[in-house]
Amino acid sequence: MRTAGDLVARMQFSRNMRLDRAKEYVAKKLNVTPYDLSDVYLMRELREQLDIGVVTALPTASRGIQSKFKIEDLLGIKINCCENYRARMKR
Amino acid sequence: MKVMRLTEYMINMGDGSRTFMTKEQILNDIQAGIADAVDCTGVSELNANEIEFICEIMCDKNRVVGVEPGNEVVMTEDFGGNRFGIDSGTCGNGIELGRRESSLLFEKAWSMDTFELGHTDYSIKAVKPIIAHEMQTMEQMQMLMTVPLLYGTMPNMGLYYIPDGPYGNPADLMREFKIEEAMAAAEAAADHLARDIKFVSVKLQEAGSDGFDFDTTASAGDADFVGTLKGVAELRKERPEANIMMGMAGENVLGIHGMIEYDGKVVAGMYPHEQVALAEKVGVNVFGPVVNTNTGRSTAWNVSRAVAITKECVRKSNIPIHPNMGMGVGGIPMSETPPIEAATRASKAMIEIAKADGI
Repeated sequence: MRTAGDLVARMQFSRNMRLDRAKEYVAKKLNVTPYDLSDVYLMRELREQLDIGVVTALPTASRGIQSKFKIEDLLGIKINCCENYRARMKR
Repeated sequence: MKVMRLTEYMINMGDGSRTFMTKEQILNDIQAGIADAVDCTGVSELNANEIEFICEIMCDKNRVVGVEPGNEVVMTEDFGGNRFGIDSGTCGNGIELGRRESSLLFEKAWSMDTFELGHTDYSIKAVKPIIAHEMQTMEQMQMLMTVPLLYGTMPNMGLYYIPDGPYGNPADLMREFKIEEAMAAAEAAADHLARDIKFVSVKLQEAGSDGFDFDTTASAGDADFVGTLKGVAELRKERPEANIMMGMAGENVLGIHGMIEYDGKVVAGMYPHEQVALAEKVGVNVFGPVVNTNTGRSTAWNVSRAVAITKECVRKSNIPIHPNMGMGVGGIPMSETPPIEAATRASKAMIEIAKADGI
């Protein structure tokens, strides 16, 4: 979460993407280059701006499942706990 | 006390102790490590450039080395937040800390890319009676955590044998020359293991888990591997969304049964590049091969051997490969407090030469 490891890991797991492909996919979605994904300065700003979770305690920022709902939209994937949450919130 | 000469480099042995070697001695060990990998597993040799690169990594005068910017990989792990709390004489710190707090520390303070929830016993059989508790904890932790959070356990099929389980212990039966009974007991235990894997893993998916890590697969030998493969296949069928990781216990599958098959193949004796094909077939997303460390050999020997074996696994695989890089595996010394100089050298070589997708 300091940079983009959680996002790259999600693509490895959910789509069986090898490292380079997963990095390219995430970079494209974030509108940066794969090289930028490990730039902690750039990624901190970007994560804060996209509100997808940061490592520090930032008041009013999304955290936990709130961030994951946004990560789903950003990466175009479904996250199991978000699906569960949506199913249970149906009235 | 031995003093390092100007022409020598500090190298850790496979048990973690320090020694000093010349560049020529390091190069000899690299070549010998690769030769042993080729001899044991039938993988290809590393080329001259790769050998030179390993030598460069080993001879780096800095204590800690790292990958070039842009070559970073993602990290997965096993045992989860228990690592702080456990005090069993193994890898834990013996600090009482809840799994939720510990997991958040790993996510926020140590920036783990993924994490997992696990039971203190860390065996699938032990989770079954407390499944409701684990489901509740998983539900709560999924609310708090951002990184992918799997559930992890060892298949640990040894717990299904007498005196811990219902089936005859193959080791005892074989001592009495009851070979067929030993094989039947292993097959029955494997089926039981598969049923338990299905029960536990499907329940955890219902509780919102991102997926499941099957850690130290095949620790009880070939039937353990087959039981785990069967269980994973069932999980994949029931829960297509599950993120499944399979990490192995050792570099080759021990033939305790000797003849048990999966998908028409005898699994005993399989090495990482052969194991991964079966893992892929049952729906594993990330595979974690193991290469054992030889405590009597240098890090140069162990890393070269581990890289040669893992590189073949990476080459043959269609799914991401996260080699196990810990105490006693992946070229890292067999020590509860692995020297950082050896751990970083092994990791750099595994990423930049074997082309691992993660560690």
